[in-house]
Amino acid sequence: MDKSIRRVKNISAVYLLPSVIGVALFFILPFFVVIYYSVIDNPISKEFVFLDNFYSVLTNKAFQLAVSNTLKFSFIAVPLVVILSLTVAFLLDMQIPGKSRIRTAFLSPMMVPIASVILIWQVLFHYNGLLNEIIVHFGGGKTDWLKSGQAQIVIILLFIWKNLGYNMVLFMSSLSNIPREIVEVAVMESASKWQVFYHIKLRYLSSSILFVTILSVINSFKIFREIYLLTGDYPFDSLYMLQHYMNNMFRSLDYQKLSAAAILMSLFMIVLIGILFLAENVVGKDLDG
Amino acid sequence: MADNRFIKKMRRRKRNKERRLKLLSCILMLTAFLFLIPIIFTVCNSFMTEQEISANYGMIFETGESGAKPYISETVNLKFIPDKVTLEQYKTVLLKSPDYLLKFWNSVILVVPIVVFQLLVALFAAYGFTRYRGRIREIIFFAYIILMLMPYQVTLVPNFLVSKWLNLIDTNWAIWLPGIFSPFAVFLLTKYMRRIPYGILEAAKVDGAGEFQIFRHICVPLCKGALTSVAILIFIDYWNMVEQPLILLADSDMHPLSVFLSKINTGEIALAFAVASIYLVPTLLVYLYGEDYLVEGIAYQGGIKG
Repeated sequence: MDKSIRRVKNISAVYLLPSVIGVALFFILPFFVVIYYSVIDNPISKEFVFLDNFYSVLTNKAFQLAVSNTLKFSFIAVPLVVILSLTVAFLLDMQIPGKSRIRTAFLSPMMVPIASVILIWQVLFHYNGLLNEIIVHFGGGKTDWLKSGQAQIVIILLFIWKNLGYNMVLFMSSLSNIPREIVEVAVMESASKWQVFYHIKLRYLSSSILFVTILSVINSFKIFREIYLLTGDYPFDSLYMLQHYMNNMFRSLDYQKLSAAAILMSLFMIVLIGILFLAENVVGKDLDG
Repeated sequence: MADNRFIKKMRRRKRNKERRLKLLSCILMLTAFLFLIPIIFTVCNSFMTEQEISANYGMIFETGESGAKPYISETVNLKFIPDKVTLEQYKTVLLKSPDYLLKFWNSVILVVPIVVFQLLVALFAAYGFTRYRGRIREIIFFAYIILMLMPYQVTLVPNFLVSKWLNLIDTNWAIWLPGIFSPFAVFLLTKYMRRIPYGILEAAKVDGAGEFQIFRHICVPLCKGALTSVAILIFIDYWNMVEQPLILLADSDMHPLSVFLSKINTGEIALAFAVASIYLVPTLLVYLYGEDYLVEGIAYQGGIKG
């Protein structure tokens, strides 16, 4: 290797050091301990039990409920938020008057402290809340939204409200990266609007669609914070999420099961991220940049 | 004549298009307004008297509680304009009960060092990832990405364990250190730095600049915009944190206002609006001054690969 390149390599490695040491100490090393915890009996006797913890987690009724609820939520909320934010991004891309003000408003949920969110969601969806009042006014019956089969809808609305702006900005930036010439050529070759949309725009957006999807899946795991503050430790059945399970394990100091659940969750995430990488390689191949 | 007709037709088409865009804009504005409601709601209600608040929302927040307030109405009332504007709540928060100000200060103490030092550590690391791209570094960078994307519930356990070993639990360090070494800023800054043409850095080197000089005088100034973007994103993220302090700081006197706010009990609902409004101020300022940076920062993330 060239001497000067090696010099650059060594010196820049020093620049990496603080971060790598910190990440190793606070994230990577303890993760190995988590793996260790997941295969022992308890921290005192330290008996090796191999997959027993995983087995008892996977067969646990609460865990199963949590997984199925979380998946159900993600399966509905994620496609919805991706489609909606893509639509808004497309609409805003059409040189609409007042574009930047609209963008500002859509992004504003990022700022709002969670307490305000909880307050207004209570006012709207509480048993004595505004929505029920309107329904009663038109002759309907009251529903306790957060303790009903519709509870997930309330949370999905919250999720969309919270994440739409962020995703929209991601889409808008990749829309503005589409080379103008390509669209112009297509129009000159008398491509229809639909063709331009489908063959060019969607094609160029495909990798950001993937990214936003993954990001939204991750964010859909984060919705726990809101559910927790709205409904407490043991919410209505359909709102009992994976994170409730982990939280309750943590409270009861059951580190073995907690570790096993954390590993299962991270395996799921790694698979998901792996798919993203593969898909980006396949999809992005014929597009430069 | 034919020409004339053609021009008229085009004009009509253009006018129709403009009209359509205007209509669309109106619809979008309305939707966008719905997104703003929680902020407006919080701020407007913070100027209402306690009586008005409990008259409006008593039905919701007072049910089942022992200390019921006198002015409970039969129906809930989503109101934006106060009957009587009062600064009473703000007076209580700012002057009478120092508790809230202390918590606000806790938030500042927790968040500011994280923003500053995460950026600092990340700047160096990003330079390391940019200056040389060997196989080992690419693997490390990939690990950073995976870590960055992990939900907090996964990193929570490792986080808690380390804090326990290092005896950091119940000290601010338990929040600071994982925050400072969080891979998020490294990822974004690396993505940005890798766009700086290699030639610029090499040219400086040919001119006899040392590695630190290149970093300090060329790389860092070029990254100013990106630094602002990332700083805003980190700030917003940590300003609203709830889980970490709840788990890592048992002493509730040390909790930031974000945690405290989310636990405000129903009797203090009127105060909650004022406290939330005050808490909103820093993020709002950051947002209004740095919206373009924020938008840019989000846009860097598009596509995971560096």
